[in-house]
Amino acid sequence: MVKVKIGLGGVTEPLVSKNMKTGDWGTEYPVVDEEKCTACKNCEIYCPDGCIKVVEKEGKKVAVPDYDYCKGCWVCFTVCPADAIKMEVKELYKVEVC
Amino acid sequence: MSEYFAPGHGACPGCGLTIAVRNTLEALEGKVFVSNSTGCLEIISSMYNRSAWGVPYIHSLFENAGAVAAGIEAALKALGRKDEGHVVVFAGDGATADIGIGTLSGMFDRNHDVLYICLDNEAYQNTGNQQSGLTPPGANTTTTPAGKIMPGKLGRKKDMVSIAVAHGIPYVASASVAFPMDIRRKVKRAVEFEGAKYIQIHCPCVTGWGIQGKDAVPLARLAVETALYPIVEFENGELVKVRKIKDRKPVEEYLKPQRRFRHLFRHPEGKKILEMIQKIADENAKRYNLDI
Repeated sequence: MVKVKIGLGGVTEPLVSKNMKTGDWGTEYPVVDEEKCTACKNCEIYCPDGCIKVVEKEGKKVAVPDYDYCKGCWVCFTVCPADAIKMEVKELYKVEVC
Repeated sequence: MSEYFAPGHGACPGCGLTIAVRNTLEALEGKVFVSNSTGCLEIISSMYNRSAWGVPYIHSLFENAGAVAAGIEAALKALGRKDEGHVVVFAGDGATADIGIGTLSGMFDRNHDVLYICLDNEAYQNTGNQQSGLTPPGANTTTTPAGKIMPGKLGRKKDMVSIAVAHGIPYVASASVAFPMDIRRKVKRAVEFEGAKYIQIHCPCVTGWGIQGKDAVPLARLAVETALYPIVEFENGELVKVRKIKDRKPVEEYLKPQRRFRHLFRHPEGKKILEMIQKIADENAKRYNLDI
């Protein structure tokens, strides 16, 4: 049984949408080429879900997507000026026709 | 980037609304009280126990987002809590141009210190693509179906920017999700003014327009480049800035990839509508002097 605490007038805690992992929505996911990434933050600004972030990784700033929430919408792919983002089909959807 | 609008909300992949919302909240550094009317944004972000908001947020009804924001602003003023944040309204195009225009006009009239942001996805997309006042002519929606009798919407897109300017409010602008840094600059500029502010942001809708996520941002850019969505900025009733267009593109380039306009290219009356849309684009370009 799931217990839900109902607040006054339907008030909920902030930022609880994080409990909803939307990462399994899409059929494709973005892969960042760390060599090409210039850390321009374009993808971070445009991402509708706020799930790709520029972080420091081994002394170099690169964009890192959060696959827990990425819906595979291709927006980061279209706005990347350095062609550093590639969209790949998830293993689950790779179907072989025999 | 700190979090004012969390991931995990229920927006379609490639939704334009959330790009606009995230950049607005980022520009104001989360110091906002959000009033939201019914619409896509409310549905995707405020499900019970699945709220995506990290800032104070209230949703009341479809028609009264402007009035609720005016109340919040008046209460903050009465309590002497003036520096705690800006009151911001997020409303859809239907809530702005059709259902909520009464309370919006009242809010403008009383000149409350509120920033009203209209997220314009050009139909009631939350209930499944019904036409609104801001739907462009020729668009196929469930209430203006393209067929033998009519070739999509017959009327024109309501000019909400001019309606807002006519109220004599200090700041009015239009923006597009294709240019998020422009949204941030306009939001920051808007809150410098005391009084009612209005910004209309063009947001592509993947399901309603019949496009893919990868077309969303390029199409929003094309709407600006064909002069169908002029990016303008008014301060105290005077036009101060427009986004100029180099080599204006024909409107067909913007219309062709979208499912809601595909009938125009084979409908017997389609040609007439296409000419009318091109005329609207020419008028926009002439009116705001968009061509370089």
